[in-house]
Amino acid sequence: MTAIPVVDEPENPLVRAPLVEGKNDFTSVTNIIAGVAERKTPRGWYLMFGVSVALLLNLGAMIGYLVFNGVGVWGNNVPVAWAWPIVNFVFWIGIGHAGTLISAVLFLFRQKWRTSINRASEAMTIFAVMAAGIFPAIHVGRIWVIYWVFPLPNQMSMWPNFKSPLLWDVFAVSTYFTISALFWFVGLVPDLATFRDRAAKAGRMVAARAYGLFALGWTGSNRHWINYEKAYMILAGLSTPLVLSVHSIVSFDFAVSILPGWHTTIFPPYFVAGAIFSGFGMVLTLMIPARQWLGLHQLITLNHLDNIAKILLLTGTMVGYAYGAEFFIAWYSGVDYEQFAFINRAFGPYAWAYWIMIGCNVVSPQFFWFRSLRRSPLVLFVISIFVNIGMWFERFVITISTLNRDFLPSSWGYYSPTLIDILTYAGSFGLFFTMFLLFCRFLPILAISEVKGVMPEANPHHGHGHDDHHAHGHAQHAHAHH
Amino acid sequence: MANTNKWGIVAEFDSAAAIYHAAEKTTAQGYTQVDAYTPFPVHGLDRALKQGPSHLGWFVVCCGITGIFLAQLMMWWMNGVDYPFWVSGKEPYAWPSTIPITFELMVLLSGICAVFGMFALNKLPRLHHPIFQHATFWRASDDRFFLAIEAKDPKFDSTQTARFLESLGGKNVAMVED
Repeated sequence: MTAIPVVDEPENPLVRAPLVEGKNDFTSVTNIIAGVAERKTPRGWYLMFGVSVALLLNLGAMIGYLVFNGVGVWGNNVPVAWAWPIVNFVFWIGIGHAGTLISAVLFLFRQKWRTSINRASEAMTIFAVMAAGIFPAIHVGRIWVIYWVFPLPNQMSMWPNFKSPLLWDVFAVSTYFTISALFWFVGLVPDLATFRDRAAKAGRMVAARAYGLFALGWTGSNRHWINYEKAYMILAGLSTPLVLSVHSIVSFDFAVSILPGWHTTIFPPYFVAGAIFSGFGMVLTLMIPARQWLGLHQLITLNHLDNIAKILLLTGTMVGYAYGAEFFIAWYSGVDYEQFAFINRAFGPYAWAYWIMIGCNVVSPQFFWFRSLRRSPLVLFVISIFVNIGMWFERFVITISTLNRDFLPSSWGYYSPTLIDILTYAGSFGLFFTMFLLFCRFLPILAISEVKGVMPEANPHHGHGHDDHHAHGHAQHAHAHH
Repeated sequence: MANTNKWGIVAEFDSAAAIYHAAEKTTAQGYTQVDAYTPFPVHGLDRALKQGPSHLGWFVVCCGITGIFLAQLMMWWMNGVDYPFWVSGKEPYAWPSTIPITFELMVLLSGICAVFGMFALNKLPRLHHPIFQHATFWRASDDRFFLAIEAKDPKFDSTQTARFLESLGGKNVAMVED
């Protein structure tokens, strides 16, 4: 691979750092991004894909084993009836929040640096929601009647209970998946047209047909762009409250119950902050190797990674604040059961998990106060792994440490997962990475048209001298006087 | 050649600034059936081309309101009328508990409408478009900017229009047939 010079100049706070570094123009941006999909498949890709597919097959085997034998193959047992499946569900759905946050919230805030990471993050979101959706579905036990969660006529002549947060979750997650997938597809259409045109030019007609089919005949007509930009804006406006609602509703699964440690009003904002934290952690875990191996240094710059690290620092600290606030409220409420739940959480049989969580989620992001660490891909990658681990443990702590010692000491127990639990969870990574590797290989991994749109030469008034601006100003003045 | 099978004349420009100024001059000249084809949305080009805003928002609002009503109707009828039951101390139809699903269905229908409405307004998908016959048009999705004056424009004239586009600095000016 050719060595690409990495720019690490101190950022002047008064001047915006360039979003695309090096001597790049529209042509080279297209070449860099399309080149990823056009060059010969690297051997490393086959290796990673092989491992991922093996894990995916393992997931299929585990689900098959579960369906034939029932949920008894898992470690779930009273008092811990919600265990790894719900932990894994919340873990994956949390990761699935960064993509929409980047594509929608940062879009509305005009954070242009989002353009180089939004495509891959949206893909990550969709694959994470797919991995998440498996767990509640197989957790119901009799998966062949999973359609009872939908308002469809069934053999019992009953309708779903719309007062249950679990049903709200069905609607929230399926809406989230649909909207995220549509948002991703809309963004892809102009870039698929680029891939189509390049494949047709190079005479690769099968690829041209395949990309052309999904590019829907996109021409780049300005009339089309007007509607397109409106649709993009509307989707961003819809997705922003949606992304906040989804993890709020996931937190209602816990908060609407009356168990100590779950029944708190802090849950929705606390879950949303945690979701953003874990999602950005996974974005770094995926994008740092991708940037390195695919030669995207000039498009995903150190300033981008720096920005993500700042978001990790902010959200990690918010999560840390929430952990502290829970303890304060437990003490301040004067409720014995609530106080016991939290003392049990930090010093009970699962104290080891609690302190792993604190170390990974609250302590590790504090390194990002230092600029040099925020701009070191290796440090970022290592801490992103800690964030992933810590956020899985957060859900483990919330779920297990509340359930293992309930109101009746005679039924207290210690939960341990079975091998099937562990292999099923590992299998969900197989699904996630299989999808992500296919995406990296065949689709535009960066939003080509959006990256071009934030380059200085995309501005139709780019290159006008100072005098020219002056003249424009005068012309407007003259108009105003008329 | 009869005028009927001409689609329009297409010219190529090599920067966002060039297409912007060419578009301004073309509409100032009185051409109305003009469109630009660009690799990304060029800021302000809609004003230079005298193209109006998108009406997509109105369709989305209608779908969003439909989503709200459908959600309320569904939950009221299913839990309150067809099979009423009391659970968790709430009435068969308890409006506060309907808010999350009402919101989700509003977003779902609005989002689907935004995407498919956008494609419908753009008359997509379509399998072919005459402009793809232009020799260098494949670069419209890469690094070139194209301006097309369509044959249905009242001011359209095979030689005059082509000469006009060349005078604006357009390259590879060519007639595209329908």
